[in-house]
Amino acid sequence: MSVDFNIKIGGEAGQGLQTISSALAKTFLNGGYNVFVSHFFLSRIRGGHNFSEVRISDEQINSKKNSVDLLVALDAKSIEHHYDELNEGTVIVLDINSIESITKEADDASYFDVPFTDIAKDISGHKIYSNSVATGAIVGLLCYEFQYLADVLTRAFESKGDDIVQNNINAAKAGYDYAQENYATQCYHMVIPKDKTTNKILVTGNEAIGLGAISGGLQFLSAYPMSPSTGAMLYIADNADKFNIIVEQAEDEIAALNMAIGASFAGARSMVTTSGGGFALMAEALGLAGITETPVVIYLAQRPGPATGLPTMTEQGDLQFVINASQGEFPRCVLAPMNPKDAFYLTVKAFNIAAKYQIPVFLLGDQYLADSSFTVPIFDQDNIDVEHWVLSSEELDEIEEYKRYLITESGISPRALPGSSKHLVCADSDEHDEYGHIDQTIENRIKMNSKRLKKNEGLVKEIFPPLEYGSNDSDITFVGWGSTYGPIKEAVDTLTKKGYHVNMVHFNEVYPLPQETVTSILKDKNSLIAIENNATGQFTKLLYSETGIKISQSILRFDGLPFTADNIIGKLHDMEMI
Amino acid sequence: MSKHIQPQLFDTNQEIEWCPGCGNFNILKALKRAFTELEKKPEELLLCSGIGQAAKLPHYINSNIYNGLHGRALPIATAAKIVNSELTVIAIGGDGDMYGEGGNHFIHTIRRNPNITMIAHDNQIYGLTKGQASPTSNFGMITKLQKHGVINRPFNPLSVAIGLNCSFVSRGFAGNIEQLTSILKKAILHKGFALVDILQPCVTFNKLNTYKWYQERVYNLDDEGHDPHDQQEAFRKSLEFGDKIPTGIFYENKENYLNTYEQNVGVDDQALTKKSDDSRDITALMLEFT
Repeated sequence: MSVDFNIKIGGEAGQGLQTISSALAKTFLNGGYNVFVSHFFLSRIRGGHNFSEVRISDEQINSKKNSVDLLVALDAKSIEHHYDELNEGTVIVLDINSIESITKEADDASYFDVPFTDIAKDISGHKIYSNSVATGAIVGLLCYEFQYLADVLTRAFESKGDDIVQNNINAAKAGYDYAQENYATQCYHMVIPKDKTTNKILVTGNEAIGLGAISGGLQFLSAYPMSPSTGAMLYIADNADKFNIIVEQAEDEIAALNMAIGASFAGARSMVTTSGGGFALMAEALGLAGITETPVVIYLAQRPGPATGLPTMTEQGDLQFVINASQGEFPRCVLAPMNPKDAFYLTVKAFNIAAKYQIPVFLLGDQYLADSSFTVPIFDQDNIDVEHWVLSSEELDEIEEYKRYLITESGISPRALPGSSKHLVCADSDEHDEYGHIDQTIENRIKMNSKRLKKNEGLVKEIFPPLEYGSNDSDITFVGWGSTYGPIKEAVDTLTKKGYHVNMVHFNEVYPLPQETVTSILKDKNSLIAIENNATGQFTKLLYSETGIKISQSILRFDGLPFTADNIIGKLHDMEMI
Repeated sequence: MSKHIQPQLFDTNQEIEWCPGCGNFNILKALKRAFTELEKKPEELLLCSGIGQAAKLPHYINSNIYNGLHGRALPIATAAKIVNSELTVIAIGGDGDMYGEGGNHFIHTIRRNPNITMIAHDNQIYGLTKGQASPTSNFGMITKLQKHGVINRPFNPLSVAIGLNCSFVSRGFAGNIEQLTSILKKAILHKGFALVDILQPCVTFNKLNTYKWYQERVYNLDDEGHDPHDQQEAFRKSLEFGDKIPTGIFYENKENYLNTYEQNVGVDDQALTKKSDDSRDITALMLEFT
């Protein structure tokens, strides 16, 4: 890698860390780099210690990095908390006037003082421009072309008027110039713009799911706000008017999923967004979708539980919960996106599977995927197909008698919408007959329960095999699922470069598991190591129960933080595997 | 009226699972009459319900039905209406279903104001679970579970609704089919959320609030010249529940700012499903991420 540069910006909540990180990220994205932005923040509006990281690389990156190449300290805690992460010679950029006291001596690192606030007041007349000064100073230290930042600031502030745009650009330019004039060697680290015409976008998992939902035909979203899923709801709400989408903030999660089911019954493609705690309240309605065979998509962005847990951190702790939630037995599907690109296409797929099999489908993400910004190729819309699987009015007119729960070979009963024809559509949460009316007889129960479960046979064929990556002849195979794809892949790449024979098998469509396919992929692999962002190896257990494949070694992380490649490689050393 | 007396169009062949003499039979009769007199067609109707004896009613009316979870008829009904505003949507349940398990939805659906009708069969007792107190049970009433008498104050759905400036608030009595039919028709025709709370004797488990008990107390607000547009007066009337129990239309809010939920989100003129198209181009959205 010629460029793999990690900038960390630390400060209190409310100091504008995300403004700086976002401007930096787009500045480098538009110069052709791959950028990865992650955030660590506490569940509060002001104060505390938060940080954002912007990793810039000329290779595809889907993960954080442990070491820091440039630290921007907006408060004293930024230095205390992150001093150990600094590389030799790392520069700490700060405004000495706004930092109370520095306890760390500049041994290996060096301080570079930029009077953000004074420059902001001086050039643009107000201290609110100090974040633009800081952003400009960072771009200056990297001797990167200023125009990229000017363009980003123009677009970020154009809705606020020309004066605001100009003030921000002036402030940023002053910071840029100050850095170049005062830093001993002018450039701390040279980053040169590459290709300007790359078709890349910088999106979070939440935004990608929002885009996938819009593209996949979403018409009705109901939700009760809950971190870390709220971003998806917000993104869709921002664009709802353009696409005739209704977004409803429900009074609670019970209402949210019931509303989505009611909307779906009436004919709208529907979804809810939530996290584990909210989904706990939806468990009964999940079964309602199951027995009334009503399509619905549930986006669950995981955070560490139980109960309130760690609201702003990450975990893969709800897999067994979503697979087992609700009383009774009925088909469901769980898709766990690897990154925003995958999230986009899987969201479209989730809607189509829900519609085809008339079942609830989960998109199981987590805070790491939801809130981090990934560089991905612009999504290809050519192959987006919105499949409704609903009988048209014309088709219904030709039918003599309609039975909502007609017994069929596949278990799928042709779906009609209420009011679309003279035929009546009846749905019931009680066990019901083919017409949808209560039927408590034993013969009927067996028939109907079997019919619903029959849908699993078709459903499992829709599931794509896991992704395989790395050496064909491997000594070690990592097995992961969902958002850990990025760090695991980077670990595979790093280890391969060092001459190790490693590979990975990664699952993004996790339930139901196609037993034969999965077995054929995993059975001959040497040393399987499961990597999961939870404490009990939930996917490992699922894999065993569904396929009989047992993985006895694992790397588990449940401290609320995502994996990095360095963590994984470090653990392998500890395990004496390498 | 004679042509409306046997509304077979709405009959079904479902076996009715109510106790003989139950007040539900008259509610069913009145509702079928209302649909007939309003010249509704079965396919235009969507009857949503939760769980309980009252919530079985949709099965006994020839219509589209969604019989969902206990307490959750309102969210289902609200969302179905917003997706297809051409449907006449009715949410049906008992007092436990609508005011206990579904109490939160009751409050917030009033605030949302969808153009649907909510019918609560209010028998002041739990029937299907065999005789426990309900949110509207009289204070002190002894039941199999509340052996020392009910110690919670009764929930007053009408006062709550009027306090929330609910669009339409009414009370019927299962012992008066004529009046009940008239109330139901007005509720269905009303544009906005319409509450019809119905005093419904439970002949099996409620030995206190019997037909006779109600008949001795109920009177029609119309007979007193009650003005349903006077919120203060409506609230005062809603507090009357003892020797005299008012029935009829308590409150009807016609103020302009009270738009329906469908109007507020712009789907009252056309079903949402007819508005959307499948060829959505998100290119412009993606460019915002560069």
